[in-house]
Amino acid sequence: MKIFITSAVAAATLFTGSLAYAQDDFSGQLKARQGQFRIMAINLGILGDMAKGETEYNAEAAQAAADTLVAVSMIQQAPMWPEGSDEMSIDGTRAQTTIWEQTDDFQSKWADFGSAAEAMQASAASGQDALGPLMGQVGGACKACHDDHRAPAD
Amino acid sequence: MKRLIITGALVLTAVAAAGFVLTRAAPLDADRFDSIDGDASRGETVFIASGCASCHAAPDAEGDGKRVLAGGQRFDTDFGTFAAPNISPDREAGIGDWTVTEFASAVTRGVSPEGRHYFPAFPYTSYVHMTDQDVADLWAFWQTLPADATANAAHELAFPFNIRRAIGLWKQIYMPDGFVLSQPETPEVERGRYLVEALAHCGECHTARSALGGMQRSSWLEGAANPSGRGKIPSLVPDDLDWSAKDIAYYLESGFTPEYDSAGGHMVAVIENFAQLPKSDRQAVAAYLKALP
Repeated sequence: MKIFITSAVAAATLFTGSLAYAQDDFSGQLKARQGQFRIMAINLGILGDMAKGETEYNAEAAQAAADTLVAVSMIQQAPMWPEGSDEMSIDGTRAQTTIWEQTDDFQSKWADFGSAAEAMQASAASGQDALGPLMGQVGGACKACHDDHRAPAD
Repeated sequence: MKRLIITGALVLTAVAAAGFVLTRAAPLDADRFDSIDGDASRGETVFIASGCASCHAAPDAEGDGKRVLAGGQRFDTDFGTFAAPNISPDREAGIGDWTVTEFASAVTRGVSPEGRHYFPAFPYTSYVHMTDQDVADLWAFWQTLPADATANAAHELAFPFNIRRAIGLWKQIYMPDGFVLSQPETPEVERGRYLVEALAHCGECHTARSALGGMQRSSWLEGAANPSGRGKIPSLVPDDLDWSAKDIAYYLESGFTPEYDSAGGHMVAVIENFAQLPKSDRQAVAAYLKALP
């Protein structure tokens, strides 16, 4: 009998434990939103290295990278940012609670990234000189959001 | 016995006098700037490089609003919360009625026109290296800034950190005698040293502090705990920061790391300033960081 109760308790603990896990760790959402930022970084790298003169300017590659930035800006964000997926509640994220407290501000900063990406898309193929200021605009959008809504790295 | 009392009294008086001298707030000589003319347009560069607006603009100021130095931003530290004061040219609420020497005493010595010590949240242990010409230029530029009537908020500091007189002793320990990098090998490194160690006051965050809150120059720019209590401020010395000089200069211009992550937190304001400086200045900072031991 004692063994049965112990097993039952253990099973119940395991069960509720895994339920809580499935409910609260948001690992799919974290992978998705961090993945989109990674795609942004890779394509900004293509454009930035051309702007810096570290790789040779190539209009076609620049255009493809800019198009990709616009594509990322069109991914709907809300489903990836469920309530409770902030850095105070779970591990593996630097998303500050301000994202949920000041949702309008967060959304408007994401929209600013979209505008900067569109500007990049419109002019990325027009020459290496154009890239510097365009990178500045995208970088400004990144920084503005990270300034308020991303926790410092450990 | 009488003799002992007299000796004791003399010793006490001497200690009190020494304490009085060591803790007093010493302003600069009143005639120090008599023969120096300030240039407002050069002062604008000093203003940007020194990051004055990053702390003294209103908390939510954007764009041109950052030139209104109304104060009000709050800074949480281990010693309490500091509230940035109004330093706009308003004659009542700000510093519009100061002389250039009073301004210089405040910026480079941490001494107010009333002869009080400012708390070292104001980075005068870095600005102490500012040249007189730059201070004069900065003050000339100040006269072009808009006045604002916002009243100052009080600092919220716990005893004993709220004793201003004690800052006199603190300054005896922590006001630097000279630059950390004593022998800059090229004019570029020397310019970078002036930007990093003086105007941009990088050490204030990137150098660890002692229990009394002074910069530990023996571990200069080797990184520190974030004063907000969250995260760590990274080391900038060559052993830890393996970015190329070009990467560092580009980061200061765009906010992008070599991996194309972007800056966050207080570095956003720092980059906003550096992006407005000449490219040669960003390259000078990079050259200086590369020249560190």
